[in-house]
Amino acid sequence: MSRLRWCDPLPQATDLPVLLPAASRLARSATAERTAGAFRLRLRPAHGVALLALFAIGCGWAEAQVQPGQPSILATLWKWTPVLLRGFLFNLAISAVAMAAGTIVGLFLGFAQISLLLPVRKGAWVTTHFFRNAPWLVLLFYCMFLLPFQVTVFGMTIQIPDWIKATLGLSLPVMANVSEIVRGALQSIPTTQWESAASLAFTRRQTMWMIIFPQCIKRMLPPWMNLYAILTMATVLTSIVGVNEMMSLTRQALSAENRSGLLLAFYSYVLFWFFLYCYPIARWTVRLEARYAVNH
Amino acid sequence: MTATPAVDAEPIVVIDDVHKSFGNVEVLKGVSLSVPKGGVVCIIGPSGSGKSTLLRCINGLVPIDQGSIRVASFDVHQLKTDQEKIALRKEVSIVFQQYNLFPHKTALENVMMAPVHVLKEDREEVRERAVALLRKVGLSAKADVYPGELSGGQQQRVAIARSLAMRPEVMLFDEVTAALDPETVKDVLNTIRELALEGMTCMIVTHEMRFARELADVVYFTDGGVIVESGPPAELFDRPVKERTRAFLSQIL
Repeated sequence: MSRLRWCDPLPQATDLPVLLPAASRLARSATAERTAGAFRLRLRPAHGVALLALFAIGCGWAEAQVQPGQPSILATLWKWTPVLLRGFLFNLAISAVAMAAGTIVGLFLGFAQISLLLPVRKGAWVTTHFFRNAPWLVLLFYCMFLLPFQVTVFGMTIQIPDWIKATLGLSLPVMANVSEIVRGALQSIPTTQWESAASLAFTRRQTMWMIIFPQCIKRMLPPWMNLYAILTMATVLTSIVGVNEMMSLTRQALSAENRSGLLLAFYSYVLFWFFLYCYPIARWTVRLEARYAVNH
Repeated sequence: MTATPAVDAEPIVVIDDVHKSFGNVEVLKGVSLSVPKGGVVCIIGPSGSGKSTLLRCINGLVPIDQGSIRVASFDVHQLKTDQEKIALRKEVSIVFQQYNLFPHKTALENVMMAPVHVLKEDREEVRERAVALLRKVGLSAKADVYPGELSGGQQQRVAIARSLAMRPEVMLFDEVTAALDPETVKDVLNTIRELALEGMTCMIVTHEMRFARELADVVYFTDGGVIVESGPPAELFDRPVKERTRAFLSQIL
């Protein structure tokens, strides 16, 4: 059997019968990830345990370097926790706003992708694939530095805070991915549903809203939640462009403490908070996926 | 309500020299037939002979390349506005092999949807009619059940009720029992039989020869996109004229 190149289709079969279950599982998850437009978070309790272990090692290491007269590492972390959590809440706020904005625009874009009008369809396709394939950080920088820092409307000058621009930057890839999720779900409904609606004299618009789209919601929910978890993790990118979220605050805390050995403890602590937030979402996504897979 | 429809009644469906190609494949090569009001017509023939395409052309789901189709007062392939199409599809309704119920709606909602949203009829009136229709197809107990929890035969009977809710003059049945297990076939055929005896105009594409023989006024045998032979069931089944018809019937009878 010749070797697979990256551009070859995924193998549907293998010469080795023992590999069949694994091959079909791989093909299934690849299909799922392609429709979701992103890798699927597969968080397990073991990952949390590993993070805790990392945290413990970091603390132990830092503790060993504590000078006489300095507070212990845990006390230091505890002291900074309110500040860090305030930053974390900021991360969550950015993720929620970016998700909401991206979802609303992405829904329109997804519908436009199956429009009967060729220019609309093509335009939506190009927009979707441009923002879906552009690096998130590039889009972020683009929004930060190309958008004005203030706008004047009817003689009133309104400042645009950095975090709004950063949120806008993150909502662009969300929009593109939602657009693909919507298009994939709409096109996954069998054409016989369209046919049967047409035979009952439903118009295209009625068919879309009453028959096709309601059936899509269940299919869209798992990839949409997965996208949200990925977005939440991506909000730390905004620290690079100067938004005061958890990562920035951690860096500031570290320089304020000005002690060696705190790095691993602090950053694994940050990681653990993200895990706590994303783990339930990832588990719930997997459960919904399993449940809806049986129904259809 | 007439028990035996008069075959020489005025035609309600007139198909004249219809041609249809999908790409390079010509599936209908000049089909002509007419169905009198209240008549029951069965179309038999091997798979791929264009039977299903013909039915889809009759209610305008599939556009035709040449010829004309008339249903009641409508020239099916000259309709312009949505209103005209709605009026046509109120007149002629189709039931599919794969039922195609809306899976996110209960049986009752499936039956009610089109009259309420397309015909804009009063919801309470439609509900009464839908309940009566489900009773008629023997499924009043399943009104609030989703299609996924119904057997194939039950789903197909809901699909028939859904079509009847549009109060059509003509019913098209596209191999409605082909996907069913033998036990439930009987229930579906009984439902169709009842409709035919009530005087509904029916065009039935089927592989159930006994059913066709019993119910049809005229049976058409199609092959390769043309009507090879037609006649009353007693003649077509017992004394087929064409060699091709004989060969087909000997395969399946």
